[in-house]
Amino acid sequence: MSCDVHADILEAYVDESLPREELAGFEDHLHSCQSCAAEALARFQMKRASRAAAADLALSPEFSVRPEFRLRIEKSIQKSSRPRLNNTLLPWGAAAVVALFLIAISISLFTRHSARDQGIAELLDLHVATMASANPVDVISTDRHTVKPWFQGKLPFSFNLPELQDSPYKLIGGKLVYFKHNPGAQLLFELRKHELSVFIVQEQQGVMPSGTAVDASSDKGFSVESWAQGDLRYVVISDTGSADVHALGDLLRASASK
Amino acid sequence: MANPSGNTGTFEELAMPLFARLYNFACWLTQNRAEAEDLVQETFMKALKGFSAFRQGTNFRAWIYRILRNTFLTSQSGLRASVSLDAEGDASPEPFTSETPESVLLARIESESIQAALKELPVNYREIILLCDLEEMSYQEISLAIGIPIGTVMSRLSRARKVMRILLGAKLQGVVE
Repeated sequence: MSCDVHADILEAYVDESLPREELAGFEDHLHSCQSCAAEALARFQMKRASRAAAADLALSPEFSVRPEFRLRIEKSIQKSSRPRLNNTLLPWGAAAVVALFLIAISISLFTRHSARDQGIAELLDLHVATMASANPVDVISTDRHTVKPWFQGKLPFSFNLPELQDSPYKLIGGKLVYFKHNPGAQLLFELRKHELSVFIVQEQQGVMPSGTAVDASSDKGFSVESWAQGDLRYVVISDTGSADVHALGDLLRASASK
Repeated sequence: MANPSGNTGTFEELAMPLFARLYNFACWLTQNRAEAEDLVQETFMKALKGFSAFRQGTNFRAWIYRILRNTFLTSQSGLRASVSLDAEGDASPEPFTSETPESVLLARIESESIQAALKELPVNYREIILLCDLEEMSYQEISLAIGIPIGTVMSRLSRARKVMRILLGAKLQGVVE
């Protein structure tokens, strides 16, 4: 038996989202149409069963939330929300002068380096997220001949990895990342317990400074080095010293030019 | 006092009450604990960074769910999951054909079978059922969270539940036979 009532109306009724002007009319219809009434009842039951089943997932041992994970999130929020200047310790006038000074510097830096900073900030976030992740890489191998082929078919470009046998650096693995909506490679290296991320992405106009010159900087305690080779941009980020970042950059530049 | 649906307050006041629900939603999307943790962590980082752009007084829950969903869809597992999506038009609604005897039985099916059917659903169907049934979002909120018109919310939800019923029907038949 069928009825000419549209399924959407039944769904909206069950979801308590039927517009008020249609509600009374539909409830009248339910009183007279056995088929629709039974269907509405079944859908109410189904909705309730789905809700209970979906909520059960979080209670299962496989997925239950780990307290240390929640704590980590709470701490990272509190840390990021903490004001950098304790204004209560400064007279209001001095605080205002400091604020104006900082704004002036920020505007100046923003206009000069906004594209670069935004690009670097995004990659820094990716690096930090990788460091905090339980699964930092998707392909785990110290062998460049395993890591490089893993990216085949996943990236619209190819790249070379350096031979690290005689160097202090160790390859850990790699994963696919998205930078400004384009796929790129993130490679993870290790040096004396420090981890270094190498991002390889296609060069995009206006995202990073153009040109092949090596651009070295530091940001929030991280050393960053960026350069372009061919159509690709390389960015190395680590909390180790700038000399270590530069040395890895040299190895990458040498292998890319082969 | 923190009020997650009041949509005014500090980031911590608005976001932390939603932590468990966001994590559960992330588990459903990724179906992997480590990936779900990464997804929630990235969502909180992005939301915190963009919180200055959030307009106080608007719907914070829809805003942060949207960040989580978009982060998932651009992640590797999200891209894998969305590869299987059927092209979805904004099709006009269909009159329903009564499936009452079957539907009544489906309502009695075990929780594990419903979970299994939910996991089998394409990700765009799974998420809309979860947002509506589990999170109890209104169509308007779902529209904001997913970024589609309310009419599409209704038609997608209707199709999602139809596929869900078909999957459950197949499971039920397997039990009966």
